[in-house]
Amino acid sequence: MSTVPVDSAAASAGHAEHAHAGGFLRTYVFSLDHKIIGLQFLFSTLIWFIVGGLLALGVRWQLAYPWRPMPILGELVAQTEGGQIAPEVYTMLVTMHASVMIFFVIIPVLAGAFGNYLIPLMIGADDMAFPTLNMLSYWFMWPAFLAMGASFFVEGGASQGGWTAYPPFALTQGTGQALWLVGLTMVGISSMMGSVNYLTTIIQMRAPGMTMFRLPMTIWGMFITAVLQAFALPVLTAAGFMQMADLQLGTGFFIPDGWSANNAAAQSGGGQPLLWQHLFWFYSHPAVYIMILPAMGMVSDMLSCFARKPLFGYKPMVYSIAGIAGLGFVVWGHHMFVSGMNPALGMTFMVSTMMIALPSAIKTFNWLGTIWRGNLQFTTPMLFSLSFVSMFIIGGLSGIFMAATPVDIFIHDTYYIVAHFHYVLFAGTAMAVLGAIYFWFPKMFGRMMNDSWGKVHFFLSFVLMNCVFFPMHILGMQGFPRRLADPYHYGTFRHLLPLNQFMSWCAFLLVGVQIIFVINFFWSMFFGPRAGRNPWHANGLEWQAPSPPGHGNFDFQPMIYRGPYEYNSPEVDEDYYPQTQPPAEGAPAPPEAGH
Amino acid sequence: MFKRFANWMPGFWALLFLLVPIGGVATFVAAPYFDIWLPRDVSEHGHVIDGLFMFILYLTGIVFIVTELVLFYFMWKYSSKKTAAPVAYSHGSHSLEVVWTIIPAVTLLFIAIYQMDAWAASKMRAPEIPPTVEVTGRQFNWDFRYPGKDGELYTHDDVVRTDGKLYLPYGKEVLLKITSADVLHSFFLPNMRMKQDVVPGMEQSMWFKATAGGSYDIVCAELCGWGHYKMKGEVTFLPPDEFDAKLQELRSDADTMTVEVAETD
Ligand SMILES: [Cu+2]
Ligand SMILES: [Cu+2]
Repeated sequence: MSTVPVDSAAASAGHAEHAHAGGFLRTYVFSLDHKIIGLQFLFSTLIWFIVGGLLALGVRWQLAYPWRPMPILGELVAQTEGGQIAPEVYTMLVTMHASVMIFFVIIPVLAGAFGNYLIPLMIGADDMAFPTLNMLSYWFMWPAFLAMGASFFVEGGASQGGWTAYPPFALTQGTGQALWLVGLTMVGISSMMGSVNYLTTIIQMRAPGMTMFRLPMTIWGMFITAVLQAFALPVLTAAGFMQMADLQLGTGFFIPDGWSANNAAAQSGGGQPLLWQHLFWFYSHPAVYIMILPAMGMVSDMLSCFARKPLFGYKPMVYSIAGIAGLGFVVWGHHMFVSGMNPALGMTFMVSTMMIALPSAIKTFNWLGTIWRGNLQFTTPMLFSLSFVSMFIIGGLSGIFMAATPVDIFIHDTYYIVAHFHYVLFAGTAMAVLGAIYFWFPKMFGRMMNDSWGKVHFFLSFVLMNCVFFPMHILGMQGFPRRLADPYHYGTFRHLLPLNQFMSWCAFLLVGVQIIFVINFFWSMFFGPRAGRNPWHANGLEWQAPSPPGHGNFDFQPMIYRGPYEYNSPEVDEDYYPQTQPPAEGAPAPPEAGH
Repeated sequence: MFKRFANWMPGFWALLFLLVPIGGVATFVAAPYFDIWLPRDVSEHGHVIDGLFMFILYLTGIVFIVTELVLFYFMWKYSSKKTAAPVAYSHGSHSLEVVWTIIPAVTLLFIAIYQMDAWAASKMRAPEIPPTVEVTGRQFNWDFRYPGKDGELYTHDDVVRTDGKLYLPYGKEVLLKITSADVLHSFFLPNMRMKQDVVPGMEQSMWFKATAGGSYDIVCAELCGWGHYKMKGEVTFLPPDEFDAKLQELRSDADTMTVEVAETD
């Protein structure tokens, strides 16, 4: 494999020199091609999405029918005879549902799958700057997959420490926790390799004419995400090592003096449990944006394409995600308002947290501006994008309650917060990812997904997820706490059982209807109608490449003349104006197509 | 089969999105009829927190309704199947950006500043009174340590109760000291609008004034192990004189442990 020159012009021209490495292993398994690596990430994360969904079903079963054996799935999920979910199993389900969804699904599907697939195609590069590093970033996910996967089968089972792994409780967890920490560290290494690569590629390998302000929002989202990861991840990795040392080597970074649990001998101590919380949230708050900014970018691109109208306020959009990145580093304390942290700090974090709602508001208004006076085409990806906007409004606004410290005293660790982050992460990001799959599927596989079944899938998902997640707000108002194996142990919550049963049944159906998507996906991969290069009549550079793009991506030298949002431009007759199309007159010679 | 619906589909999708604000508002309107709302507040400061909650609920509710309706209206009006009007070739509007940056910025800043006093009252301005009770969280029970005959906490004759029942006076400010014997817990009194994580190695304070008698839940709100769900206690508020009598009773009760710990100060 030849190394890729970093100089952008040379890089784009240099694709012909790529050796077409033969062999199945080289092409599909240990591939250096960003598109294959992206698809590897996509398939891996979709499989884990199913695992995470099944874990959630166990949680929802227990909340609807506490202590009643769970039919069919029970023995698999609960790992107990008859399928009854014991309280320690429930705690494990809650922990692993969150861990799998965050570390194995949302973060890698955005940066790993879509980042890998789209960045070179959208900026006009023939591959990533460091293809070998890119391959390694995928293969470093496997030790994580194996560690967390294996932890379900070790003595004591997978971690029950919560996805936040707060010591000292997490330190009582043994092997499951150690494997969890190994998994976390490996995911971190993988993300770090990815971010370094994305940053270098976006900065150095843009095609001629692709200025920073001609980049699509998807790339801006990926770029800022990579910056956040590069600066926040080392802190989490260090914290993970410290917790591992506390767990296995007898150090006491997070253990106070004279501490013991489970009647064990007191440990050395001298540490501070709150230190972990600071370090953990210093990463994990920026991670909230890592889990949404790329989705926002993809939604912006899809909205503009299907509104057939330029993106409203491109630069304010860019500045607001840059603002999120900056402010994102100074708001982590809002997870710790009632933790025992100095309350004066709570006030500072309240102000910064309130202010970080501002860029999100600006983005929402600009999305509405984008569809205003457009020509909306309700394709499946468009419906998912519109639903992202609608749901993000809910998830964004409910965040203001948590940011307000006095209100947070009451709703902290209740279902109010569960509602909030599911609206952002499931109704927001996961739905945007589904829309993005419908949108870029033709590029990835050269065939269209079935749009009618896509709409059926959208309709059912949209209705059901609101039935699952919206009532969580009022549960939270009642003070219904999260992570309780049997909330009805409290008489004051017993009247919430029927509502929880309704929500659980909607959750079962919500998971069930995803089968429509799975069938559509695999059927279309082989039998869908051929897509052609640009089935959506979109402007982005990736739509000028063949579908699917061959090794080296472009069969011509891409030359960029304008931003990606010139829909219904008065300069041309068509309602789209691809980034590579030379201006009508007085323009430099068109790039040579097909060589 | 799908083709037949094609004509009314654009309106259908807009109406589906209209269900979001309708359903959202309906949920909050219906909730009280199913006895789901903020639980009864029996504290002196609770109405401030509830007021702030309702203030944010109305404010965000209005923003929610307006933005969702705008989304619905644009979907309805600008569907390609319905509109013949040319697309506005617009890249944005500087003045609009300024408007929708400044208005939310001022509003958010106002909310933040408006909350500060309530926060300080609940978490920063501890009353200068001797602690009434010490609360200890342990897997999976709440223990309570009351002053002994000398009326002072942290002396040799303190009494410790491990039955998960806490007695406090109402109509009078109380100060609780909160510690953990093992892992993190969170001492949550929903009816007091009070919550404080309990951290081993740290001593936390909580203070409030109850306004009514009766028994209410103590909830553990921080994951502390398999028995987290059953780490439940009960707080009973008594008139001050009955509280003193209760203390007498606890001191002489056979179930009471007298602590033999070193005096702390
Ligand atoms: Cu956060
Ligand atoms: Cu607990």
